[in-house]
Amino acid sequence: MVSLYPHHIPVTTFQRVLLGIGSSVAALQDPYRHDMVAVCGETTASSALEHMKKKMENNATGTRILKEKPRISSSSVDLKVLRGLPPNTLGRQYVDMLNKYQITPDSRLPVKFVDDPEHAYVLQRYREIHDFNHLLLEQPTNLRGEVAVKWFEAIQTTLPMCWLAAIGGLARLSKKRRKLILQRDLLWVIPAAKEAKFFMNIYFEERLQDDLDDIREELGIQIPKSRN
Amino acid sequence: MFLLNRGKAIVLSCASNSQASYYTTAKRLDENYTHFGYKTVKTEEKAGKVLDVFSSVASKYDMMNDVMSGGLHRLWKDRMIQKLNPDNKAVLLDCAGGTGDIAFRFVNYVERRHSQFTDHPNVTVCDINNDMLEVGKSRALERGVSLNWVCSNAEELPFPDQSFTCYTIAFGIRNCTNISKVLQEAYRVLRPGGRFVCLEFSHVSNPILSKIYDTYSFQVIPVMGEVIAGDWNSYQYLVESIRKFPAADEFKQMISNVGFKVVAYEPLTFGTCAIHSGFRLK
Repeated sequence: MVSLYPHHIPVTTFQRVLLGIGSSVAALQDPYRHDMVAVCGETTASSALEHMKKKMENNATGTRILKEKPRISSSSVDLKVLRGLPPNTLGRQYVDMLNKYQITPDSRLPVKFVDDPEHAYVLQRYREIHDFNHLLLEQPTNLRGEVAVKWFEAIQTTLPMCWLAAIGGLARLSKKRRKLILQRDLLWVIPAAKEAKFFMNIYFEERLQDDLDDIREELGIQIPKSRN
Repeated sequence: MFLLNRGKAIVLSCASNSQASYYTTAKRLDENYTHFGYKTVKTEEKAGKVLDVFSSVASKYDMMNDVMSGGLHRLWKDRMIQKLNPDNKAVLLDCAGGTGDIAFRFVNYVERRHSQFTDHPNVTVCDINNDMLEVGKSRALERGVSLNWVCSNAEELPFPDQSFTCYTIAFGIRNCTNISKVLQEAYRVLRPGGRFVCLEFSHVSNPILSKIYDTYSFQVIPVMGEVIAGDWNSYQYLVESIRKFPAADEFKQMISNVGFKVVAYEPLTFGTCAIHSGFRLK
């Protein structure tokens, strides 16, 4: 078994099963173990990753992303420039969100347990653009917002870990918030996810100066005006 | 083309052990290179890599030992001190002793069988890794025990000749770059009549048990390392380094070669580990 990309750890089937069980138990016991959530995702992802890759290959921009393999990090995204952009641009909203929630573009863990390098990149890319989905869907990064985004991602990517988070997260919400999210947010998020184009085909790094509404229109995401 | 995840390491071919054959390329046979688990690395880099492994595992070290060995490591260490059978005049140097398991057992053993040590117990714990020593120091604080803690490489000890009556090293010597140098240093710092005792992983002789042990080591332990400590690679290194260590007879010969006499070993748990012992007579 050969290591095919940085951080790649090839595993046998037996190890993969053990890792899947162990990481899901660890993640359930301590949801702050982000590394275990990540590992659990990696051990269950395979067929979803093929599906995602195909959707990218059927799109010109998606194909280019797969070829160029851009990575989002504080060295590839110039935050100073973004701070100077007009308020409703993707870039400005992104840097405002990073500041507000005290997060950095570097906080995503590298993929380790996916054996196909192309699939590994697809999963890595998914992790790194997740923050942009919060912006596209106008969802905060609290539990309720995460659940809404996960429903969108689960429907579009079919990743088992997304479904687990979407349904598990729903169960974890308080009764009041669960009712709110079911009767308000998910009512438009779910159809939007089904009808919108595949979010991973947006080359986010090239769209930072674009207006968020334009990107939403291009994808086919309509945020209802009557919210709150 | 693709980066290997240890930077400059040059790696071994996978012919020998299919279970652990994670890396491939040409083998280098050179005195400038040594093994780091199943990888080949520059000799001068090994100590740094071992340092990294133990910095990474330090905080979860004791817990992982319990989980991996099912608590057996406690019995092995008990047996080691029992074999050493120190009295309250003993002056101990415990090498690679980081978190203090041997040192604390030594103190308990002496205090239970003899009157208290006159000063604080004459125990020095030495380790190349400061993170491990910090864990040991905080454990000592909890127990109200006062020991000497020294950060040093076992191949070059900062102690004068003939400073100790006992030298112990438990599950540490296989990580050292030059085992003979460690043994020479052990001989140098022991007084005549002093005893060297080493607890280390060994080779399981029974072929069926050996297969089970290998499967457990390679299939289960790195997964445990990832799930419990978030660190697959360090535990992969640990199980590989066990296989690279010389077998009991060969190690016995190495100990004799530096001058120790009455060298013997005692296998434990079907050869999973062994306690080697030798005396400096003059």
